[in-house]
Amino acid sequence: MELLIEFFETLKSTVVDVLPILSIILVFQLLVIRRPIPHIKQVGFGFLYVLIGLALFLLGLEKALFPLGKMMAEQLTAPAFINPSALAEEAINWTHYTWVYVFAAAIGFSTTIAEPSLIAVALKAEEVSGGGIKANSLRIAVAIGVAIGIALGSYRIVVGHPIHYYIICGYILVVIQTFFCPKMIVPLAYDSGGVTTSTVTVPLVAALGLGLASTIPGRSPLIDGFGLIAFASLFPIIAVMAYAQITQIKTKTN
Amino acid sequence: MNQQFIIFFKALLGSCKDLLPIVIVIAFFQFVVLQQPMPNVGDIFIGLLLVVLGLTFFIYGLEMGLFPIGESMAKAFARKGSISWLLTFAFCLGFGTTVAEPSLIAVAREAATVAASGGIIAATEVAQNEYANGLRYTVAFAVGLAIVIGVLRIIRGWPIQYLILGGYALVVIMTAFAPSWIIGIAYDSGGVTTSTITVPLVTALGVGLASSIKGRNPMIDGFGLIAFASLTPMIFVMAYGMVLS
Repeated sequence: MELLIEFFETLKSTVVDVLPILSIILVFQLLVIRRPIPHIKQVGFGFLYVLIGLALFLLGLEKALFPLGKMMAEQLTAPAFINPSALAEEAINWTHYTWVYVFAAAIGFSTTIAEPSLIAVALKAEEVSGGGIKANSLRIAVAIGVAIGIALGSYRIVVGHPIHYYIICGYILVVIQTFFCPKMIVPLAYDSGGVTTSTVTVPLVAALGLGLASTIPGRSPLIDGFGLIAFASLFPIIAVMAYAQITQIKTKTN
Repeated sequence: MNQQFIIFFKALLGSCKDLLPIVIVIAFFQFVVLQQPMPNVGDIFIGLLLVVLGLTFFIYGLEMGLFPIGESMAKAFARKGSISWLLTFAFCLGFGTTVAEPSLIAVAREAATVAASGGIIAATEVAQNEYANGLRYTVAFAVGLAIVIGVLRIIRGWPIQYLILGGYALVVIMTAFAPSWIIGIAYDSGGVTTSTITVPLVTALGVGLASSIKGRNPMIDGFGLIAFASLTPMIFVMAYGMVLS
């Protein structure tokens, strides 16, 4: 019963979030296009399924994954776990955080695989490319990108380097790859940076960043806690282009 | 009916597979690394069940509702031939979906706390709200503009790399001049703007446009709208920081 009430509350807030999009679509459809929506019944049910699906999805995440994932991020970054010998004089250096990097990469990879908006773009890409791009390969490439990005981003918080050096180096890599990789993949690769970071990834990654920044001396959670999402949006671009380049090289050598 | 059930069951199985990596990662870290028992096993089980069901429904509805409406609107606009209406729609879609985006609201609020603690703005409720709202509208405007530029690119067939790489160059140049407290927030704001419902809709719009305009390739010209939507907020948020200081 309680679960049902929670579900309807989540559903209500999902509907409120979708209301602006829905009203824009309706206004333009009715006043500008002035044609009935084709297959209106099917589209209506589709929207309903999307809303119900998203509400269930969010509720499930809140119930199961977020509390556990956030707690893990806290425990893994806690000084008691990082340096159990607890000698205050012994400075903690970046190698003590190995499990944090592994966790960052693993959670980045696995949440990206479950990210609904990435699934949407991957399905569309497979359809448009006529099967030339496989939805699952694309998702795995993006997930590897996010994994590397978040692990590197955590390392940056630990050592305290300024963020823009990393981001600018990443951009330079993107520029170089753009000139050498197949033209077909470029727009999709650029898009994949933006789709990785939404429902599932952001809350867990934010918890990790916050946990790291608040336990490492000299880091401010408010300033250094930001920035992980930027890493998670940049590295998938590199990974997807690399995936296309590797496929190209493979077909050439065969 | 039976057929429907089989399709649904297959989709359900697919969602289970999508979720499996998270379950493995969480279980591994809980049992092997942190060496702790799993708390509230019942709650977690119900939660996972809801997530799997939700993902299945979402993907089902995606193919039934979101993709078709995005494509049918793109085709209708292309048939109508009015670029100004199409661009107005593009702006409204970008602005409207971003301004109410919960993750953006959360980031804007956090950013206001940073600014207040850094002494950039007064540490009062009013000043922080004003700052957070300013940031929110800046990002929403940036996304609206991004979709307009992206749609214009599809119509004209401009190659995407020059626009995006030019944008990156601008980001790099602005980083040198923008106040340091805004940089992390600016970089992050690119990632938080694109929500789960906006992405499929905008993707379908782009692909639909590219496939109904002669001479455009849906693969090369249809994708890329989201890339613009993640780039322009960085530029505009840094500009916002520069204006404030």
